[in-house]
Amino acid sequence: MTEAPRTMNMIQAINSAIDVAMGRDDRIVVLGEDVGYFGGVFKATEGLQKRYGKTRVFDTPISECGIIGVAVGMATYGLRPVPEIQFADYIYPALDQLVSEAARLRYRSAGEYTAPITVRTPFGGGIFGGQTHSQSPEGIFTHVAGLKTVIPSNPYDAKGLLIAAIEDNDPVIFFEPKRIYNGPFDGHYDRPVQPWSKFAESAVPEGYYTVQLGKARVVREGNDVTVLAYGTMVHVAHSVIEETGIDAELIDLRTLVPLDIETVVESVRKTGRCMVVHEATKTSGFGAELSALVQEHCFHWLEAPVQRVTGWDTPYPHSLEWAYFPGPVRLTEAFKRVMQD
Amino acid sequence: MTGRNLPPLSLHVPEPAFRPGDTVDFADFDMPVAGAVRRPPVDAGPAELRDMPYAMVRVLDDEGRAQGPWDPRLAPETLLKILRSMALTRAFDERLYRAQRQGKTSFYMKCTGEEATSVGAAHALDYDDMCFPSYRQQGLLIARDWPIVDMINQIYSNRADRLKGRQMPIMYSVRQASFFSISGNLTTQYPQAVGWAMASAARGDTRIAAAWCGEGSTAEGDFHSALTFAAVYRAPVILNVINNQWAISSFSGFAGAEATTFAARAIGYGIAGLRVDGNDALAVYAATQWAADRARNNHGPTLIEHFTYRAEGHSTSDDPTKYRSAEEGGKWPLGDPIARLKKHVVGLGIWDEERQAAMDLEVAELVKAAQKEAEKNGILQDGLKQSFDSMFEDVFEEMPWHLKEQSVQMHDERKAAGI
Ligand SMILES: Cc1ncc(C[n+]2csc(CCOP(=O)(O)OP(=O)(O)O)c2C)c(N)n1
Repeated sequence: MTEAPRTMNMIQAINSAIDVAMGRDDRIVVLGEDVGYFGGVFKATEGLQKRYGKTRVFDTPISECGIIGVAVGMATYGLRPVPEIQFADYIYPALDQLVSEAARLRYRSAGEYTAPITVRTPFGGGIFGGQTHSQSPEGIFTHVAGLKTVIPSNPYDAKGLLIAAIEDNDPVIFFEPKRIYNGPFDGHYDRPVQPWSKFAESAVPEGYYTVQLGKARVVREGNDVTVLAYGTMVHVAHSVIEETGIDAELIDLRTLVPLDIETVVESVRKTGRCMVVHEATKTSGFGAELSALVQEHCFHWLEAPVQRVTGWDTPYPHSLEWAYFPGPVRLTEAFKRVMQD
Repeated sequence: MTGRNLPPLSLHVPEPAFRPGDTVDFADFDMPVAGAVRRPPVDAGPAELRDMPYAMVRVLDDEGRAQGPWDPRLAPETLLKILRSMALTRAFDERLYRAQRQGKTSFYMKCTGEEATSVGAAHALDYDDMCFPSYRQQGLLIARDWPIVDMINQIYSNRADRLKGRQMPIMYSVRQASFFSISGNLTTQYPQAVGWAMASAARGDTRIAAAWCGEGSTAEGDFHSALTFAAVYRAPVILNVINNQWAISSFSGFAGAEATTFAARAIGYGIAGLRVDGNDALAVYAATQWAADRARNNHGPTLIEHFTYRAEGHSTSDDPTKYRSAEEGGKWPLGDPIARLKKHVVGLGIWDEERQAAMDLEVAELVKAAQKEAEKNGILQDGLKQSFDSMFEDVFEEMPWHLKEQSVQMHDERKAAGI
């Protein structure tokens, strides 16, 4: 097997991950709305049906609870389903199957049954999708015991994390930040988006590799403040750090559950300040959990209150989406606040 | 695997008849004869109607003549009004689709080929009957003479958009025209329509409700909840399924069409089901009228499958040539709804080619003028036309402290950034 890296955008990396995983393990099946012949509305499953046949990659009825319920059943048989929910906004009809069933199957059967499914779903805003194509529901899932939540921020990680998720024996929700499918987004909506090919993270090996779940990545080292981010916001935060010239340490969490608490704690104890960034609404968002964890573990090291930079507590508005999106303006102000004391 | 001497099981995965590049031949299509299906009395019980979901109500024959017991015998003015509403809907779609391509808005969805299913139905309902549409029923608003300018303002999310730029284009909400706010989440409107109808019945009102969804959407759990409640409480509701054969790239087989009809879903729930030629405005009108009469007289709900064809892509984000034969639309055996009604009125001697051409021009001009008018209020791209404060309004009736705080924060940040 040649391991020579090829330049891939995130969609291609995700496609390659599923391809590699399916080639290695014939128990893996892909199902979801439009994923078969068409290859998915974002093209993440393109070509897979042709390669692996209709009984391993197939379209489904438009029934999210059906898709997940069936995936749980298939997993119980011994397959390893990788269902796609077309947009994360449409995962709610499947909530009961995910929350009450997939998440607890191992626990309630004392390990007799498990649901090793990997639910892929594009999430987040910035594509003028209005309130029903833009949400970030990750917080809902991190609140559920028994589900793992993974969010990549670049093509290399996307492939490695997805293969690891598919191989994981627990149910995983794999949120794909659709704003950066084709290139990183720096938060400046009026600047052209650069293609992934210009960035190192797009050098993706053709073959098999994994990126361990539960391990964060230090994107950039720094001494004055720790910035915790994931998905699209890693890039927005990165560009604001460069622009403001703040000596910030940027951590891409990659996995929200299980969280790499060590990397987080080590960094905050070093810098003494912390800022958490996500696109989801603020109240009860994952930022609240991060902020509480940092307070529990780093209270004596903190020199300023932890700052949360998030979307507003409103639905995502179509025409004002850039005023909703936590972009450079909101981040810059938060940097000022966290650096004040 | 099990060591038992049994044949291996196999999984059936549906496959459409034609794929890109295929020559399309609808010779096997069982074309029902116009006028052949009986018209049961409106008080017929569900048990007496069990054959209806497998037949197809058609009024207009190939020559454009109205046939059989379902002919609604409409007055010439009504026929011409329906024809005009359909033509206006098509002209509207064409112009706004182009507006999206010109970058004036983010998204658009056409209903080309399906105009009869909403326009025909709207004319058979009362203006205050409550409609719970999906996203391809712009024909309802147009048939109800709702101002086109208002619709375009919504599509542009401009400063005159009554929905304050919050909804994606085409996701209208017009309470004044008894048109419910459209959700992007499929089929959520179905149980809501049933609930509205139950409320109307519980309060001794005279208004009924109607809901629309695509055949793909019938797979959602909400569809089945709606049918159960509608049956149990005999809700005065008309549940329309627009079977346009495709759900994005998935053909109707993925919603269960290989095994039965969508109208036949009604049978299992014990409600009335009709299957109609959705490209025949008179059949749509007649079926809706029949269902409305049933509902108004406390005979309960009706599920109507409108058998039609999505003649264009799913939306502006879609390329249908990637998954279906390019020939399919042109060869659709049930024709085009506008052309068919035109043939009918020409045959009646109340219309002719010249008047049709003049009307096409008139509706195109009307949409163009409305578009110009709407553009005075801005288009999506030339800046954020809504006031920033509006973002925090209507989350709750009264703004709680945290939203007030966030609103102030937003203004402070913008000021600090000099924007
Ligand atoms: C709950 C939910 N799941 C998925 C989608 C994505 N989606 C939007 S339209 C569509 C196809 C709907 O097909 P159909 O119901 O047949 O209606 P049509 O578009 O053909 O009019 C899908 C899958 C959605 N909007 N909501």
